[in-house]
Amino acid sequence: MTEFMMIFRSEPKAWENLSPEQMQASTKKWQDWIGGIAAQEKFVSTNRLGFNGKTIKPNHVITDGPYTELKEIIGGYMIVKAENLANAIEMAKGCPTLDIGGQVEVRDVMEINI
Amino acid sequence: MEKGVLIPNLFKTEYRKIVSVLCKLFGLVHIEIAEDITNDTFLLASETWGQKGIPENPKAWLYAVAKNKTKDYLKRNQNFINNITPEIKKASLNFDELDIDLSEKNINDSQLQMIFTICNNVISSNAQIGLALRILCGFGIEEIAEAFLTNKETINKRLFRAKEKLRAEHIKIEFPNKKEIDKRLKNVLTTIYLLFNEGYYSSTNNQPLKKDLCVEAMRLSYLLLQHKKTDLPVTNALLSLICFHSSRFESRLNNNGEYLLYFDQDKRNWNKELIIKGEHYLNKSAIGNEITKYHLEARIAFWHTRENETIEKWENILQLYNRLLQIQYSPIIALNRTYALSKASGKKIAIQEALKINLKQNHFYHSLMAELYSGIDKDKQIEHLNQALNLTQNKTNKEILNKKLKKVNRV
Repeated sequence: MTEFMMIFRSEPKAWENLSPEQMQASTKKWQDWIGGIAAQEKFVSTNRLGFNGKTIKPNHVITDGPYTELKEIIGGYMIVKAENLANAIEMAKGCPTLDIGGQVEVRDVMEINI
Repeated sequence: MEKGVLIPNLFKTEYRKIVSVLCKLFGLVHIEIAEDITNDTFLLASETWGQKGIPENPKAWLYAVAKNKTKDYLKRNQNFINNITPEIKKASLNFDELDIDLSEKNINDSQLQMIFTICNNVISSNAQIGLALRILCGFGIEEIAEAFLTNKETINKRLFRAKEKLRAEHIKIEFPNKKEIDKRLKNVLTTIYLLFNEGYYSSTNNQPLKKDLCVEAMRLSYLLLQHKKTDLPVTNALLSLICFHSSRFESRLNNNGEYLLYFDQDKRNWNKELIIKGEHYLNKSAIGNEITKYHLEARIAFWHTRENETIEKWENILQLYNRLLQIQYSPIIALNRTYALSKASGKKIAIQEALKINLKQNHFYHSLMAELYSGIDKDKQIEHLNQALNLTQNKTNKEILNKKLKKVNRV
């Protein structure tokens, strides 16, 4: 088993306009999806990212927020265990962000051996 | 109270108090001496009370005798005194002034410190539970052996080695400091949790013994709640969980002593008082931001005390299992989660998810699959029931599965 990171990208607007009920329904979708992966003993960790952030560029130039230049921002990530990339991709197909026009980037996690 | 039950009952409640106080006094190095003196005290009680009748205040009698025996022991054993803590050494110059403090406060403090001493990861969790049962709960070696489905020698050896290890590691009988308390308490709660599971799910048929184990887990959690520093949300969550589960202790069995599944239980037999207690501690556990597995399990257990099979109930249970699995995986949690999914979202969705779970060697997995296929695919249902039958050795499980097979074949 190798670890893979799923990086979730979507338009921040997709979140802004949700009613509390829609928000709750969305949380349920995410939790059901993650719970299903955890039930296969393949879940490692996950986090959502907030909207409070800045980007630091060379020479310490600081720009507002992560999303000045990008239409889509990273909304969160999840690390899973999978046999190979194909299996990790199969898992990612259930990600609720795909239902609202978002994307999932799946990458293998490399161990740092010093 | 009759004499026949008085001494065993006093042994259950007072043994641990006297041992803890003496052990605290002597230091853990001399734990056996504390145990011996306490045992001698009870031996003398059963002899004397048999001949002269029960004293007016049996508890005070035991304390007085334990104190005298301790003083006698100190008088007789100069060597022991030379090795003992400086405080008693000073006091022991005049034995009659030595104060063996058997006040309620010192008893509670000593017991709490003993919990932290025994529930220490330098010894295995089985050894922790064994020692806790012996020292903190006053269980006999025979009872402990039965709870672990093993023999007395094994338990004696295990406890002996555990005490040796605690001594070798110079574990002190004391309350952990501020920095360590969270980590140490976590370990104490794990041991209490395992002790409870040992009682609740143990395969021994000795029903009263199993109940005793559950009651002791409850009592130890309660003891922790009596102290400010350990009266934390997580401790309340554990006790809440224990109360909710215990509320179904009696109703789990039918008249023949066979286990009943949740759905076959007579809900009128659920212990309402324990459910109310569970709710009380659940409320107290909801303070602060920390959500532990005990919180989640307590909430799941809470929903199981609701009789009505609403979507809301199962949706809540499903979400709690989703979160529990992210904290800790276990095959049983994974299967329970899938069952909750079938109740909340339907069997077809649950089957899809269940097929992704690789627990083909687990008989519970096939029982669940059979349940999910019932009313959907009879052949698959039968196939899974047969696979479950092949994978379990347990007689009760086999009976339940055979009953189900007969029922399906009749349809």
